[in-house]
Amino acid sequence: MAATVDTVETVKALSDGDYKYGFVSDIEADFAPKGLSEDIVRFISAKKDEPEWLLEWRLKAYRHWLTMVEPNWARVGYPPIDYQDSYYYSAPKTQDRPKSLDEVDPELLRTYEKLGIPLKEQEMLAGVAVDAVFDSVSVATTFKEKLAGIGVIFGSFSDAVQEHPELVRKYLGSVVPYADNFFATLNSAVFTDGSFAYIPKGVRCPMELSTYFRINAANTGQFERTLIIAEEGSYVSYLEGCTAPMRDENQLHAAVVELIALDDAEIKYSTVQNWYPGDKNGKGGIYNFVTKRGACRGRNSKISWTQVETGSAITWKYPSCILQGDNSVGEFFSVAITNNYQQADTGTKMIHIGKNTRSTIIAKGISAGHAQNTYRGLVRVLKSAEGARNHTQCDSLLIGDACGAHTVPYIEVKNRSAQIEHEATTSKIGDDQLFYCQQRGLSAEDAVSMIVNGFCKQVLQQLPMEFAVEAQKLVGISLEGSVG
Amino acid sequence: MLEIRNLHVAVDGKEILKGIDLAVGRGEVHALMGPNGSGKSTLAYVLAGREGYEVTKGEVLYQGRNLLDLAPEERAREGVFLGFQYPVEIPGVAAMNFLKAAVNAVRKHRGEDELDAIDFLKLVRDKAKALKMDGELLKRPLNVGFSGGEKKRNEILQMAMIDPRLAVLDETDSGLDIDALKIVAAGVNALRGPERAILLITHYQRLLNYIVPDRVHVLVDGRIVKSGGKKLALEVDDQGYEPFTAGEKAA
Amino acid sequence: MGKDKSIAASYARQFAEVEGALPGRGLAWLDALRANAIERFAELDFPTPKLESWKFTNLRPLTREVFAPSPATRNGLGKGDVARWLADDLPCHLMVFVDGHFRADLSELGALPRGARVASLAETLAGDPARLEAHLAGNDAIEGDAPVALNTALMADGAVIALDRGVALEKPVHLLYLATAATKPVAMHLRNLVVAEPGSSATLIETYAAPRGGRYWTNAVTDIVVARDAQIRHFKLQNESVDAFHLAATRARLAKGSGYDSFYASFGARLSRNEIATRLDGEGADCRLSGVYLARGRQHVDNTTVIDHREPGSVSKEHYKGVLDGDAHGVFQGKIIVRPGAQKTDAHQLNKNLLLSKTAQADTKPELEIHADDVKCSHGAAVGELDAEALFYLRSRGLDPAHAQRMLVEAFIGEVIDGIGTPALRSHLGRLVAAWLSEAED
Repeated sequence: MAATVDTVETVKALSDGDYKYGFVSDIEADFAPKGLSEDIVRFISAKKDEPEWLLEWRLKAYRHWLTMVEPNWARVGYPPIDYQDSYYYSAPKTQDRPKSLDEVDPELLRTYEKLGIPLKEQEMLAGVAVDAVFDSVSVATTFKEKLAGIGVIFGSFSDAVQEHPELVRKYLGSVVPYADNFFATLNSAVFTDGSFAYIPKGVRCPMELSTYFRINAANTGQFERTLIIAEEGSYVSYLEGCTAPMRDENQLHAAVVELIALDDAEIKYSTVQNWYPGDKNGKGGIYNFVTKRGACRGRNSKISWTQVETGSAITWKYPSCILQGDNSVGEFFSVAITNNYQQADTGTKMIHIGKNTRSTIIAKGISAGHAQNTYRGLVRVLKSAEGARNHTQCDSLLIGDACGAHTVPYIEVKNRSAQIEHEATTSKIGDDQLFYCQQRGLSAEDAVSMIVNGFCKQVLQQLPMEFAVEAQKLVGISLEGSVG
Repeated sequence: MLEIRNLHVAVDGKEILKGIDLAVGRGEVHALMGPNGSGKSTLAYVLAGREGYEVTKGEVLYQGRNLLDLAPEERAREGVFLGFQYPVEIPGVAAMNFLKAAVNAVRKHRGEDELDAIDFLKLVRDKAKALKMDGELLKRPLNVGFSGGEKKRNEILQMAMIDPRLAVLDETDSGLDIDALKIVAAGVNALRGPERAILLITHYQRLLNYIVPDRVHVLVDGRIVKSGGKKLALEVDDQGYEPFTAGEKAA
Repeated sequence: MGKDKSIAASYARQFAEVEGALPGRGLAWLDALRANAIERFAELDFPTPKLESWKFTNLRPLTREVFAPSPATRNGLGKGDVARWLADDLPCHLMVFVDGHFRADLSELGALPRGARVASLAETLAGDPARLEAHLAGNDAIEGDAPVALNTALMADGAVIALDRGVALEKPVHLLYLATAATKPVAMHLRNLVVAEPGSSATLIETYAAPRGGRYWTNAVTDIVVARDAQIRHFKLQNESVDAFHLAATRARLAKGSGYDSFYASFGARLSRNEIATRLDGEGADCRLSGVYLARGRQHVDNTTVIDHREPGSVSKEHYKGVLDGDAHGVFQGKIIVRPGAQKTDAHQLNKNLLLSKTAQADTKPELEIHADDVKCSHGAAVGELDAEALFYLRSRGLDPAHAQRMLVEAFIGEVIDGIGTPALRSHLGRLVAAWLSEAED
């Protein structure tokens, strides 16, 4: 079977019928037929009422994508993806939504409960069609007004295209060019929506740009595009994703995130990714091919990535920092947990260009069941990067003897004043540790959760407080069934 | 409280315990003495349910129930506490958090309310003070970088907090200087009571100067070769294990 | 049919021209092996940086022209040219090769214990080919990249060392490969085979040197079979001409309880790549790889190692250090694999690089691939310059900057060299390092 999943059954039913080519002009339609072509790209752009330049940009990406070959260097295996067997634009399927939590998969509800997610939010995450959505909209509006008061622009990418085209045009593709890589190029051609944030000069964003994002995130779709710009001296902390597993019908995800930090600006970007990992036998699950990159353009700027990756059948993701500005700082803190038949190939790239640039990488990989977990990271010091510093620590924890943990660092240094250090270790949960915990009354599952959380502590403590608590629980849940 | 009958235990097919009979009653403190390799720690692990110890014969009753049927955490929740000879390090997990998780797991099992953060902290602080423990220690990862004395005091603190019915203390005195020994002994003595049984496992008699046992047993080569009152410990101290070993060989 | 101008096709034509004169011609298994190998070579072609394992090393300078097989020469080399490459106070069984061909007149094999055989490949193919068939025939012989396949097709000489069960060679076997300045670019496809039967032990020294410089290509393949409880120590010194190319692949297979201890020192060659692939096939096998690489000018030095733990309870330790000056480019790629079921593996790897100039460059890729949980594996890598404070301290005690630098570099390298068990080899290497360092001051 081709590695795509039918997006929306109802749409399928319609498109199997007489519907043929007229859809391009018919922008009232809520769907496009299967497959990818210039017409589809035009359709998406028209549907979103985009300016000509953006359509041209999408088309350039699409044409370039046709010349590209899907990368195969990552340590992940999956059946070939038939890109013509997917839907690239469709409206959410409201009719099929559960009417109440009673109709939702009890397994999902059990997880929500363990995570301690409030009932209202459970409904939204599970896609229950209830009025609660309107609550969130009003909450959102309140925040939006408060942010607007200090000049922060925060909203959907589509809105930004309409309301702040000059900013979008200036920065879109400036960190991840449309021709960057196979999946980013695909995204550039067909992205539907995502988030946009602009923090003006000298403003310290007073709240995590997440407070209501969790709710809004439920429908960001398959080709998400995010752009965050931090002007001189500004600060923003952005939270993406959700600890709760989300209802999602798309198997292939190819998101692009671009961050730009100017002089003295700081962006903190935290992700918790908990998409459907497939069942115990490795059937189903999301393919997550993401390009995330931040440019520290200004002097003394800082970009910090924190990620907790527990979901998806396949994770292909390397949040990176281009350290252009002198004294700029890049950080990458990562926890990647794979269980059952999950595969993760994730890490970072730190490109040192400016003087006295510094980077820190702390990656914790946990592998259980039959999973394969790879850290792949690049630290590159260019000739210009006088005084560059990097410290990398990669630790792997294996649970069971059928899984794999791999570490593939690339270190390339062209400046002698650089100091680059990389360390990696591999360990397992010791029988003595488990027994000690059990002797104090903890169940094996709780003991594993506690030990793994201890192992990940350096990373989890980077998360904003309220998020960290849920993430800790998530770590335990992700490893259920891995011991005993 | 605890009744061990003709217990035989093998590790990797080799018999270590060769027929132990031992009864420890409510409110009693027993000392189990023996040379290295006599099977003392094996007995402790078997009582706590560690994997890899095969009971080939005999039975262990705890409060009238078959202890050997229970999983390690069930034994702990039922009130069996093992003070480890070598407490295990768990990086990244603060000693305090571990203790809280353990105490609440046991309380929940007993049908008691979980302690809230404030009550818990107050309780820990009081108990730690009695053991002359630095509160900062509990913020550090469990046993990681603790000195030998700190580890042992932390074991006793856990015991005090968990409030077990049967405490098995495996070489709690090893690696302690005399001051630390006195503190640990005082901690154990404070827990003596009519509802609790304590089994002290030790190589040396010196601990028994501070915790006076009701009964003393000498374990040699997997068998209890002699039992007696507290004077027996002095006898061991005086003559070493040689006479007991010799008797064993002759037999 | 039009002539294929690709470099691979040129070598294929070269093979057709010379195959009739290659040693062992007429042995059916060998003829088949060579034919198979040249086909495989044509199929693979020379690797490019697009290939992950060649990401940091570009063979373009080597593939711009075709290197003809090196003819046997006399070129006036005498015993005096040999002596300077031998370690003092270390009697050995010496085999000298000049331009890729064994020279009995310069060699001193001496008396070998019963059950030990040391001979050249060409001799062995002529006199005792059956001994080789088991180890050379079969697909393992051409496993690997194109240079190994080309070596298999064109191999002309090398050393064959065979130790019977329990035989211990007290004196090392020293293989000295001297290249003389040829008038046209030549290639030496050297093939060595070491078979150590159960419980045997030996020390092997390889030295590659060019007393008169020159532009040539050494393409060496060394297969080492270490049977149960056998021990092989391997010490390789690469001091080729700075205009030369040196590609070498050493493949060692370790059986249960056996040991392989390798030390590599790289000083010469315009472009060199030393590959060591070890397979720990038996429980408790013990593998040590250490090395130093020093490069300056426009030298490119590549160290690529694979340690493959396939059975439980095996041990590996790897320690490589590089010193890079001028426009030199140093590469370290080290992969540790722990296969499913290879529990209790204990594998540690460390690579450190010192950059002495503004334009030197270091790429390092230490890699762990682990499929078993009860293992202890770690790796570390570092790149940096000399400690400014230490440098200042030495200067404040009156040392001139060059001397101070030399002292610190020697200390840096010393950490690896001090691990060499044989004192005579340790001091031999110390002298070579000192000589390399003093060249900088000329």
